[in-house]
Amino acid sequence: MDNQNTLINEVTDRDYRFGFVSDIATDSIPKGLSEEVVRIISAKKEEPEFMLEFRLKAYRKWLTMKMPDWAQLTIPEIDYQDIIYYAAPRQQPKYESLDEVDPELLSTFAKLGIPLEEQKMLAGVAVDAVMDSVSVKTTFKENLAELGIIFCSFSEAVKHHPDLVQKYLGMVVPPNDNFYAALNCAVFSDGSFVYIPKGVRCPMELSTYFRINAKNTGQFERTLIIADSDSYVSYLEGCTAPMRDENQLHAAVVEIIALDRAEVKYSTVQNWYPGNKEGVGGIYNFVTKRGLCKGEYSKIYWNQVETGSAITWKYPSCILAGDNSVAEFNSVALTNNYQQADTGTKMIHLGKNTKSTIVSKGISAGHSSNSYRGLVRVAAKAENARNYSQCDSLLLGDHCGAHTFPYIEVGNQNSVVEHEATTSKIGEDQIFYCNQRGISTQDAIGMIVNGYAREVINKLPMEFAVEAQKLLQISLEGSVG
Amino acid sequence: MTESTIIETAEQRILQLFTENKTLLDEGAGSLLRNHREVSMKAFQRMGIPSRKVENYKYTDLTKLFSLENYNRAFRPTSFDFDMQEVFTCDVPEFDTHILFHVNGWYFYQNRTDQFPKGTIIKSMKSAWKENAELVETYYGKIADSSADPLVALNGAFAQDGVFIYIPEHVVIEKPIQIINLLRSDEDLYVTQRNLVVLGKNSQVKLMFCDHTLAIHSFVANYLTEIFLGEDSIADVYGIQNQHNGTAYLNGLFVHQGRNSQLITNTISLHGGIARNHLHVDLLGENANASLYGLTLTDKDQHSENFTSILHSKPGCHSNQIFKNVLDDSSTGAFTGRIHVLPGAKKTEAYQRNNSVLMTKAAKMNTKPQLVIDNDDVKCSHGATVGQINEEALFYLMTRGINENEARLMLMFAFAHEVLANIRVEPLRQSIDRLVNKRLRGEVSRCHDCKLECIR
Amino acid sequence: MLIIKDLHASVEGKEILRGINLTINAGEVHAIMGPNGSGKSTLANVLAGNTNYEVTKGEVTFNGKDLLEMSADVRAKEGLFLSFQYPVEIPGVSMINFLKTAVNESRKYHQLKELSAGDFLKVMREKKELVQIDSQLTNRSVNEGFSGGEKKKNEIFQMAMLEPKLAILDETDSGLDIDALRIVANGVNLLKKPENATIVVTHYQRLLDYIVPDHVHVLYKGQIVKSAGKELVLELEEKGYDWIKKELGE
Repeated sequence: MDNQNTLINEVTDRDYRFGFVSDIATDSIPKGLSEEVVRIISAKKEEPEFMLEFRLKAYRKWLTMKMPDWAQLTIPEIDYQDIIYYAAPRQQPKYESLDEVDPELLSTFAKLGIPLEEQKMLAGVAVDAVMDSVSVKTTFKENLAELGIIFCSFSEAVKHHPDLVQKYLGMVVPPNDNFYAALNCAVFSDGSFVYIPKGVRCPMELSTYFRINAKNTGQFERTLIIADSDSYVSYLEGCTAPMRDENQLHAAVVEIIALDRAEVKYSTVQNWYPGNKEGVGGIYNFVTKRGLCKGEYSKIYWNQVETGSAITWKYPSCILAGDNSVAEFNSVALTNNYQQADTGTKMIHLGKNTKSTIVSKGISAGHSSNSYRGLVRVAAKAENARNYSQCDSLLLGDHCGAHTFPYIEVGNQNSVVEHEATTSKIGEDQIFYCNQRGISTQDAIGMIVNGYAREVINKLPMEFAVEAQKLLQISLEGSVG
Repeated sequence: MTESTIIETAEQRILQLFTENKTLLDEGAGSLLRNHREVSMKAFQRMGIPSRKVENYKYTDLTKLFSLENYNRAFRPTSFDFDMQEVFTCDVPEFDTHILFHVNGWYFYQNRTDQFPKGTIIKSMKSAWKENAELVETYYGKIADSSADPLVALNGAFAQDGVFIYIPEHVVIEKPIQIINLLRSDEDLYVTQRNLVVLGKNSQVKLMFCDHTLAIHSFVANYLTEIFLGEDSIADVYGIQNQHNGTAYLNGLFVHQGRNSQLITNTISLHGGIARNHLHVDLLGENANASLYGLTLTDKDQHSENFTSILHSKPGCHSNQIFKNVLDDSSTGAFTGRIHVLPGAKKTEAYQRNNSVLMTKAAKMNTKPQLVIDNDDVKCSHGATVGQINEEALFYLMTRGINENEARLMLMFAFAHEVLANIRVEPLRQSIDRLVNKRLRGEVSRCHDCKLECIR
Repeated sequence: MLIIKDLHASVEGKEILRGINLTINAGEVHAIMGPNGSGKSTLANVLAGNTNYEVTKGEVTFNGKDLLEMSADVRAKEGLFLSFQYPVEIPGVSMINFLKTAVNESRKYHQLKELSAGDFLKVMREKKELVQIDSQLTNRSVNEGFSGGEKKKNEIFQMAMLEPKLAILDETDSGLDIDALRIVANGVNLLKKPENATIVVTHYQRLLDYIVPDHVHVLYKGQIVKSAGKELVLELEEKGYDWIKKELGE
């Protein structure tokens, strides 16, 4: 066992690969938050009046709110006046071609493996790269535009499609939704905007890479995805941040609206800097993600692999309003060292014959704490609603914790809700079996954990799945002991 | 001009009652117990009547119950005008038990306790305060923590009587001790009862709590039982709640278990207005074993919650929980269950399940099973389902010539039986089987031979 | 190839092996027999490096190297293979990924080039035919949902893939019907080479009808109490283990 622990330690001691800092000139405003700051952000972004109103309303609401304290998390006091609320790579109005982009920035994205360059474009992924909450470059825009698909930075959407933004912004996550969402509504700097017109199947994966680079900044991006009737889109989100000793705040909001028969897949591989082995530094990831199955037969899928962040507070949820709508939440959350995660989902069944599935796989190692928190609510009118939830926890080592907090509220007789959860440790006999075939304990653990998470990883688009698998292996290195 | 009214909160009213009756409450109690009462009252004032915003009371709203409260309080034993043994005959044939009555929370003065083995103590809590102070003070208020729960605190503040049971080392009480709690009053009444059961090393006892109402008035019953299980001891605790719709039954069962001890509880809620069973088990000794079962049948606009928490603090302990709900009409049900495994509790096995059946559109079930695991050498699982009768099975039975109604009942009964099968007193199990069967058929559910008119 | 000297081992403080001495040379097949609880599986597990078993005394050299110093995976890479009595299920880990890792880890260890995906699949196809394993099995997770016979066949298939120097077959015949037993034994015989050796651990003689041993040892109460040629198998079949006990004066 000691031997095994040593090995597991070695496995889990591998370092964060994306911790470099890029020396890119940034345009930022002084620390602190006030109505004035909100106005400056809005002005810098040359926003129309309705946006400023939206922000101010959210800011005033935020002032009256408190940080939520119900999660199984120990969150150190956060001084919201000690954060820079706007930091953007100093830029000319907008890059027209890749040649104009700061080479340092390009190399940053190259290090991250983001397919900004031509040869990578062959991979067929359209990318919106967001650095410190400001969209830097969107690829494939023209090709997509031919189909009527809008895929651009949020700022551009506000300028060029204000009607769409005004109609849908805040529809799923209103400014008063929660503390972090309100904060985001007030100060968000940029993000991605997607509109898929009626009957269009988006021919390629749309992808955003988020990167926090500047020091002392918070990242507050906002993503809005609208899938009009009979459309389809698969959207990928990846994130990294440099290694810094202080904690950085990331409070994003993602809203998805699926109209009649539309289908949206949203996949995340979250790899924000988790802090070092002693738990110093790392990103506080307080994110509100919610989808609205507005139309009948609409479908929303959340797929996530969470390995990063010092603290994760995140519940990608679905409101199944349309009759016969379908929602899925598939999650792998891995915590190591002193990471804390409180994550899960809410499935709110309002429409008839709605169906939701939850598969959550938690993996805790080191001194980390990993909680699943989920709500399944079936409203009285949601005839024949179905939910199936499965939450498994895997523990590596005896200093970590795995917690499961499901809430099930059923107010309709013809519905069926099932929830199952198990907690177990990694099988020593499995590790020995692998050893006996010449596979080291380190590789065996990686293999077994990947096998355990496979059900979820299989839901990810191919390229992401490969990345997720590697990430699981790397994140575990140094976990148990 | 309108007169300005003084808005009095339920908490203030309760504090006033407490202060006014302090002398009466403290009668017979030593300084430790008096101190516990004070501490409990302070804790209650700090926590107040829990609203649904309090996580542990999310699914049972007590604010309404207490805001409307103008119940009288049973600060003194109710005088009783008939012979209890004559009035109450238990329906179970050949069900031979030691019977102890409580009326409105007060230990009944005619209870006979001369047939127990030597060294066994069974008496009213009030007398035990006086006569067995040292023993009582060792356990009283130590198992149920007044500072952690407002209802526990409220009970601690107003507790005056109940039963005290002490089973000495190596003593086995063969016959079950049946504790029949009756509510009878000609006005609305608030009742507090406090019991303490201490099992010495290697002793055994079976307890059966039967809760009944004998009058049409409304009752709030705040009962609390603390049980201490010494090393290698075994306790079976059965609860049968059969009260009318005007009753709010707030029952707590708090247990500390020593090494190798075994606990079985089976909570059968047949009838009541609002019922909340709070079961808390601390597994404080190695290899202790706790099994908690519950069956709740509700209809009309009844509400019932089973709230359990099991704390695994020592290695090698096992716990198992199965709770089932059948909800008819516009009744609501809740289950909250928590398994907490502490870092040192290696080789823990803990399982939990809640299954519910909704019979109508208006019925509603909330369930909140939780696992909090801080140690990797565990086998834990929980499961919860809310659904209906298996239509396929129903069809199968009907193809064999059973009519739909009967087939449905058969399946409902089969659903309930998994819980009932764990009652280890055979005549009691058979009797409850019958009661549940009748209850599911919609027949009056009181024990049919009993002269007491429990159901209105 | 393998030299065991005065090997003592215990499980949870209880001594199971109490001084095993055994030498195995290349090209030999040894059968280790004995009644239930005599320590047969313990010996197999100790040799494979299962850390649940504690070696309290003795030494084991494998091709001149100290076997007990090596971790389980290094032993495997050095060419020691254990066919498990109860192969564990590993959900979600595909047979292909599992085997490819195992094969390439071993190749890396011996400073050989890793097999490409194409080459690996080719080798796998050949070996599958050799041991007559159902091609569907390799598309599933490791041992998951396999029947008892399938699990044992899968062990022999893995042995074929890993080409060990010393194979230890721990109760490979248990739970096998006669056809499966024939396939498994046939696989083992086909894989036999002059430079390799095999230890067959078994309770019954049945398997030894198909895999003929050069030496037979009887293990009893943690010690080898009798060693002889293959004729001992027949004697044991006839007289049972009680005969040994009697001979030992019990």
